[in-house]
Order: sequence, then structure tokens, then C-alpha cells
Amino acid sequence: MTSPFLSIDLLTDAIDLVAVLLLALGIKGLSKVRSARGANQLAAVAMGLAVLGLLIEIQPGPLAWLWIGAGSAAGGLAGLITARRVPMTAMPEVVALFNGCGGLASLLVAVGVALFDSASADMVALVSIAISVFVGSITFTGSIVAMAKLQGWLDTPAWTQSSVRHVVNIALAVLALVGAVLLPGDPTGLPLWLVVIGSSLLGVGVTLPIGGADMPVVISLLNSYSGVAAAAAGFVVGSQLLIVAGAMVGSAGLILTQVMCTAMNRSLLSVLFGGALGASGGSAVGGGGSEAGYTRITSCSPEECAMALEQAERVVFVPGYGLAVAQAQHALRELSKLLEAHGVEVSYAIHPVAGRMPGHMNVLLAEADVPYEQLIEMDLINPEFPRTDVVIVLGANDVVNPDAKSDPTSPLYGMPVLEVDQARQVFVVKRSLGAGYAGIANALFELPQTAMVFGDAKAVLNGLLSELRSMGVGKVVAKKEKVAA
Amino acid sequence: MSVLSQALWVLLLGSLLGLELIGKVPPTLHTPLMSGANAISGITVLASLTLIQKAGDNQALLLIGALSLGFALYNVVGGFLVTDRMLAMFRRKGDA
Repeated sequence: MTSPFLSIDLLTDAIDLVAVLLLALGIKGLSKVRSARGANQLAAVAMGLAVLGLLIEIQPGPLAWLWIGAGSAAGGLAGLITARRVPMTAMPEVVALFNGCGGLASLLVAVGVALFDSASADMVALVSIAISVFVGSITFTGSIVAMAKLQGWLDTPAWTQSSVRHVVNIALAVLALVGAVLLPGDPTGLPLWLVVIGSSLLGVGVTLPIGGADMPVVISLLNSYSGVAAAAAGFVVGSQLLIVAGAMVGSAGLILTQVMCTAMNRSLLSVLFGGALGASGGSAVGGGGSEAGYTRITSCSPEECAMALEQAERVVFVPGYGLAVAQAQHALRELSKLLEAHGVEVSYAIHPVAGRMPGHMNVLLAEADVPYEQLIEMDLINPEFPRTDVVIVLGANDVVNPDAKSDPTSPLYGMPVLEVDQARQVFVVKRSLGAGYAGIANALFELPQTAMVFGDAKAVLNGLLSELRSMGVGKVVAKKEKVAA
Repeated sequence: MSVLSQALWVLLLGSLLGLELIGKVPPTLHTPLMSGANAISGITVLASLTLIQKAGDNQALLLIGALSLGFALYNVVGGFLVTDRMLAMFRRKGDA
């Protein structure tokens, strides 16, 4: 008889290796449109395998099974419900929420081991506990603050925009570090709580000053942290699978953060330490809905806009987050179908950070059945604007600001933008002349070829639809189609 | 090779692998990739399970373990499902 332990070890090792391989393939596949969905499912299978392998290895007793069942049922069910219910527009908040929970889980494991199981822990485990608590706490509180800010539950307090915040944050970091250094000597006592409290507050302190426009970068960075926290938890419980998976997510998250920063023309350092964009910028319009900055605004009715559309040969829509807030994707899709049937060439210009996260707008438009081929990325559509008759900007602002190209004093200067000012006619659909996310005046609004159509994006689009229909645009089409049939 | 240096090798190679895996990502996929990677970071469920196993009959530790398992699974299940929901929308245009 061979030892049964040997064969179980072999089996679980093999499962672990397959799980790591599938996880790596999953992350890789997620970076290509064609393979992304399968890759996500592959990663989910890998996760299932990893859990299965561990359960075979540790063979929990009845009491452990009871608690495992309770925890799994609660967490799994809540995850299922959240994932089903959440609207696509709230995706950034939800990713932040999930991420915070992942950080909290690593934090709890480390605290649990420190409080009740540290007698058997060696130096490596103790140091790992300190790291895991530190990173886990920052991830947890930082993500929750990010979520609350995106939901509008939290503002950016004024004191966080002064340099006082650096002093506070450094003090908190020192507090947490002192705790971390002392922790291995006294894992159940005061140092543990120093780390927990210090780094939790630090997570709040570094996230609170950051403006809404930069929040996606922060979430991506916190996502990377939660990978680090998981890897540290892997050292605490001695799981190589956890270490490798955590490390992969940690470094992949860092790359993604960098890619996002590049797309927004922000350096990571200025996102983290620079405070909210526009708060101290040169040509910033004093926050919120100030209209003082504008002098040459032309506004027009949906009727005039519809007339321009009716005669256009080529129309480009520039959707922004305002469109998503108004839930106007479907109305936009209706309008573009009508125009296409009228023989107008329609496309959508997608700025890399349109929506509230890079790629968010693609998700929202895909939800409204907009054909993927019509979504054109910035670099490809910019040369097309000079031969475009009508551009309609829907709830986008900073990403179409020509100052980013021409005005070196603008806080946006250097950010890649959609060059809609090259088009023959531009209509900007907007609720009011309020400033954008970054709180900066938009020179586009004052150009002679620009007209503002004030109103809620959905209401304006529906207005355009009925105007066009009453002009007979739809009817002509219906006749044409009958003839063709 | 000691257990520690083995673990550090794993850490190093895992990090390098992560750096290599996503070189070029189209902006379309930034959001789903972030949310998918986020789900994977919930792999800390493994640590939670180990903690519950180690707890024996220590009720406090069992509770902490179960709590942490719940939060980690919330991250995993929610993360994968939400990513799938987003990516399912991209799929349709390929079929059409």
C-alpha cells in the first residue's frame, strides 16, 4: 500500500498548478475583446479549482464545515444579488465596493492569526501579518471612501486640499509603521491596533482629497493593493497559490493603473498627491455651476438642431457620462437608426476615459445595442472631424475642450482630446453651463460653429426624434423600404 | 531551498508574470479587466478557509474566519458575475 497522504498531496499540488495556469491564461485573455468573456469564465473555474484543491487538502471537520457553509452562503448570495441588481452606470462604485471587501477579508485573516494563532507563527508569518494588516486596511477604507465619493455620499472637504493633509497622512503612516515594526514582538497587543487604526485612517486620508475625475485610477491602484494584501495573506497562511495569484493581480493592476493614467494624461504621483484637478488651476471656473466665465454663447432649440441633422451627410456623436446619467443611450440609438435609414453616416467618438472609467462608455453603449463597429476610438476619429458635418456632444465636457491642445495655462493642457472643433457644426447638449468634472471652462462652447442645446440629454434626444419624424425623415424611409421590398 | 526563499521566488515570478500578461489593453476593456482582476484578488478565500480549518473549536477565530470568507466570496462571486455581465454585451456585436 502506498501512503494515502502522498497521493492526496500529489493531487492537490496538481490542482493548484492547473489553477495557477488557468488564472494566468484568464488574465491574459481578459485583455483581448474576442477572448475576454471566456477568459473571465476560465478565471472563475480556476478559482473554483483552487478552493476545491484546498478543501481536499485540509479536509475540514464538521464544525469547520458549518462555518464555511455559513460564510460562503452569506457572501456568495450577497455577491450574486449585487451583481444582478447593479445598474451598468454604477460599475465604478461596485468595483470599489468588491475591492474593499477583498481587502477587508485579507485584513481579517491577518488579525485573526495575530490574535489567536501567533504562538505558532514564525518571524516570516509575523512580518507578513504586519504587511497584510497594513495593505488590507488601506485597501478596505480607501475603496469604501472611493465608492462613497463616486456615489456622491462624500464631498471633498476643503481642508483636504491644503497641504495640512500631507502632514496628517505622514503622521498616520508613521503611526502604522511603528506598529508594524513592533508587531512581531507583541502580536496580540497594542502594536496590532496601531497598524489597524493608523493604516485605516491613512486609507481615508489619501483617498478623500482625490477628485471624482481621478477616482478610476485610484480604484485601479487599490485593486492592485488588494492583490498585494492577498499575497501577504498567502505568506501568513503558507499558501503558494495565494502568493502567486496575489502577486499577479498586484502587478497587473499596477500596469493597468499606469495605462489609465496615460490615457488621462495624468501622472500617478499627481493623482495621488496633487489633490483634486482644477481646484488650483489657472483658468478654472470657480466650482460648480458658475457661468461667469462665458461671454459668447449661442444656444438653439432641438428644432434647429434637427434641421442641421436632416441635411448632414456625416454625423458623429460624442457620448459622455451625462448621457449615461440621463439613461439616454437607448434614445440615442433610436436617433442614430433613424438617421442611418435617412442615409446619414453615423459614428460615435469614444474618448479613452469617456464615462467614468476607461471603457465604461463602450459598456453602456453596448448595452443599448449600438453596433461595435460604430464606436470609434479617439486616434482613429480625430482625422475624420474636418469632413464631419455635425457633431453632437452629449454630456461630455473636458474630453472635447480645445484648450487641452492650444492653451498651455489650462490645467487640461496636454490631455488627448476629441478634436470636435474641426467639424463644420457642433451642438453641445448640456443641462446648464456648469463646469465639467474637473471644474474647468470649455472654450469649445464659445466657438462660432458651436451651439448649445440646453436640457436633459434624454429629453433633447426625444425632442430631436419627434422633430425629425415630423419632418418626414422616418416616413420617407418607410416608403423606401417598401419599395426595396 | 528554504520555505521562505521558495515563497519569495514564487512572489517574484508571479509579479513578473503579472507585468507581462497585460502589455496592451484596448481602452474598451479597461473596466472589465479591472473588475475581472478584482474578482481574482478575492482568492484570499483560500486564506479564510485555512484560517477556519486552523481555528479548531476556537469560536472567535471561527467567526473571524467565516466573516472573512464571506467578504472574500462576495468579492469573488460578485466580481466574476459583474464582469461577465459587461462582457456579454460585447459578445452580441460579434454574433450580429
